[in-house]
Amino acid sequence: MQKMTNSSLSERLHSLFERRILASEELYDCLVIEVAAPDVFDIIQELKSESQLSFNFLTLIGGVHYPESTGQELCVVYHMHSWKHALRLRIKTYLSAENPRIQSITPLFDCANWMERETYDFFGIQFDNHPNLTRILNMDEMDYFPMLKQHPLEDATREDKDDRFFGR
Amino acid sequence: MNPNDNLIHLSNGQVLAKENIDGEIATINFGPTHPATHGIFQNILTVDGEKILNSVQTVGYIHRAFEKLAERRPYNQITPITDRLNYCSSPINNLGWHMTVEKLLNAEIPKRVDYMRVIVMELARIADHLICDSIIGVDTGALTSFFYPFSEREKIYELYEEMCGARLTTNIGRIGGFDKDFSPVFHTKLKEFLKTFPLAFEEWNGMLERNRIFMDRTKGAGSISADRALAYGFTGPNLRAAGIDYDVRVMHPYSSYSDFDFIIPVGVNGDTYDRFMVRQEEIRQSLRIIEQAYNNLPEGAFHGDVPEFYLPDKKDVYNNMEALIYHFKIIMGESAVPVGEIYHSVEGGNGELGYYLISDGGRSPYRLQFRRPCFIYYQAYPEMITGSNISDAVITLSSINVIAGELDA
Repeated sequence: MQKMTNSSLSERLHSLFERRILASEELYDCLVIEVAAPDVFDIIQELKSESQLSFNFLTLIGGVHYPESTGQELCVVYHMHSWKHALRLRIKTYLSAENPRIQSITPLFDCANWMERETYDFFGIQFDNHPNLTRILNMDEMDYFPMLKQHPLEDATREDKDDRFFGR
Repeated sequence: MNPNDNLIHLSNGQVLAKENIDGEIATINFGPTHPATHGIFQNILTVDGEKILNSVQTVGYIHRAFEKLAERRPYNQITPITDRLNYCSSPINNLGWHMTVEKLLNAEIPKRVDYMRVIVMELARIADHLICDSIIGVDTGALTSFFYPFSEREKIYELYEEMCGARLTTNIGRIGGFDKDFSPVFHTKLKEFLKTFPLAFEEWNGMLERNRIFMDRTKGAGSISADRALAYGFTGPNLRAAGIDYDVRVMHPYSSYSDFDFIIPVGVNGDTYDRFMVRQEEIRQSLRIIEQAYNNLPEGAFHGDVPEFYLPDKKDVYNNMEALIYHFKIIMGESAVPVGEIYHSVEGGNGELGYYLISDGGRSPYRLQFRRPCFIYYQAYPEMITGSNISDAVITLSSINVIAGELDA
C-alpha cells in the first residue's frame, strides 16, 4: 500500500470535497484545512468512512477565540488521525460570536461528547444534537465562558501588580 | 441460576430467604472523596442490590484553569503547569512540552539529549505503571502488593531528585535540553537500579500475575471491546489491552525512539486483567529501552543551541554581554518565538498526551490546549461498569488509571 504524504492527502481531499474546502495549508508537519461550519459533520463522516483515507481516530476538539476577526471570532479545531497512513489532519471552522452553533459529531465519535462539552464550557460554542451539552469542568452556576479573551486571567481591580514591570 | 428462583438448602430442602436482586433501586455516591477513587471525582451510581444500573460522572473538582494560565505565562514558565497534569509521571509531561516548543522553534537537539530524555521518560513510565498496577492489587484486597513496588518507585524518585532536585512535580529539563548532565551519583544509582529492579519487579509480579484469586477477581471485570475503545478515544495501555497496538512512540517517533528495539504488548479482552498485564509488560519493555539508551548514550552536549530559551552559563552571564542579554530576556520572558501552530504528542503514562500550541509571536502562547488522555477515555467508564457489581466498578476505575490532575487540567 502506498503511504500517503501531506501533499498527496491534500490532492485527494481537494478532489473529494472540491469547493467545500475553503483553504488549506501545511503548518509544520500537519495539513490544515478550513471548511464552513455546516459542512463539518459531512466531511468528518466521509473522512472516517472513506476506506482509502480512513481517518478513524478523533484526537482532539478545541476552541480558539480571535476577538479581532469580526464575524469569525470563534474557531473550532478538530484534530483527526489516520492510523492507516500515520497522518494527522486538522480541520478548522470559524463561527461568529453572536451565533456560535455547529453540528455535534457525537454520532460519529463517542469521545466527542466530553470534548464538545469542554469546548462549550470554555468558549460557549453550541453543539446541536449533543446528548448532554452542559458545563463539565467549571461550576454550573458560572455565567460566562472563561477562555474568551475578554476575560482577563487576573483580577482587573488589583493595583499592586503593574503589568509593565512584568514585560506584559 | 435464575435470579427469580428460590434458594433451596441442600441438606433439608427448606426455602431460604431470597437475597438476590430485589428491584429496590438505591443511589450511591462513589466519590468525590472515596478511598477507591484515588482522586477527586464523583460517580453517582444507581444500583439494584449490588448491580450497577447507571452511573453519572461529575468531574472538575480540581480544575485549575491551566489553559487560561498558559496564555499569560512565558514558555519556560509553562513547564511547572505540565507537572500537575499526570503527576504520577510528570517528567513525560515536562519533556513533551519542551519538545513541543523545540518543534515550534525548529531547534536542533543533540542525540545525547534525546537519549537522556528517553531514559528519564521511561523511568517515569515505570513509576506510573508501578502505581497503577499496585493499586489494582490494593483494590482487590492485596495490600502487600502496594508496599513492595513502592520501595522501587522510591529509587526512581531518587533518580529524579538527583537530576532536578524535585520528586513529584519535577519541572525536569529545560527547553533545549537539560540544565546539567547526568551526575556521577546518578550514574551509580541508575546502574544499581538497572541491576536490582528486574528481580524486585518479578518478585512483586509473582504475587499477582498468576495468583488464582487475583485472576478470578480481575478477569472479565470492566472489559471493553476494541471497537468501543476506539470510539471512545482510548489510547495508551488501556487501548492496547483491548487489542490495538497504537503507540505514539512507534507511529510518530520522537526523541529518537526509532533507535530502540522494544515490543508493544497487546491484550485480548480489554478487561482489568489485560490492562494489568499490558502495564506489567510495558514496565519490562521500558527497562529494555533504558538499558539500550544508557549503554549507547552518545557523547556530546546535554543541551542544544537554543540561546533564546536555554539559560547561558552563569560565568558567561558575568563576563559576556550577549549572554547577559539572553539571560535577561529569558528571565523576563522576552524571548522571540516564531508565529505558528503545531500539535505534538508523546506517549504518556496513560496514552497520547498532546500539546496543541498556537503562537502569535508573543511572549506567551496565544492558545495552548492539552490532549489529556484520561479526560477522553474516562467518559467510557459508565459503559464499562453498567451491569457489573460495585466491587468490579472499583477495580475497573483503578485499572484505567484516571489521574484527577490530568482529568481536570
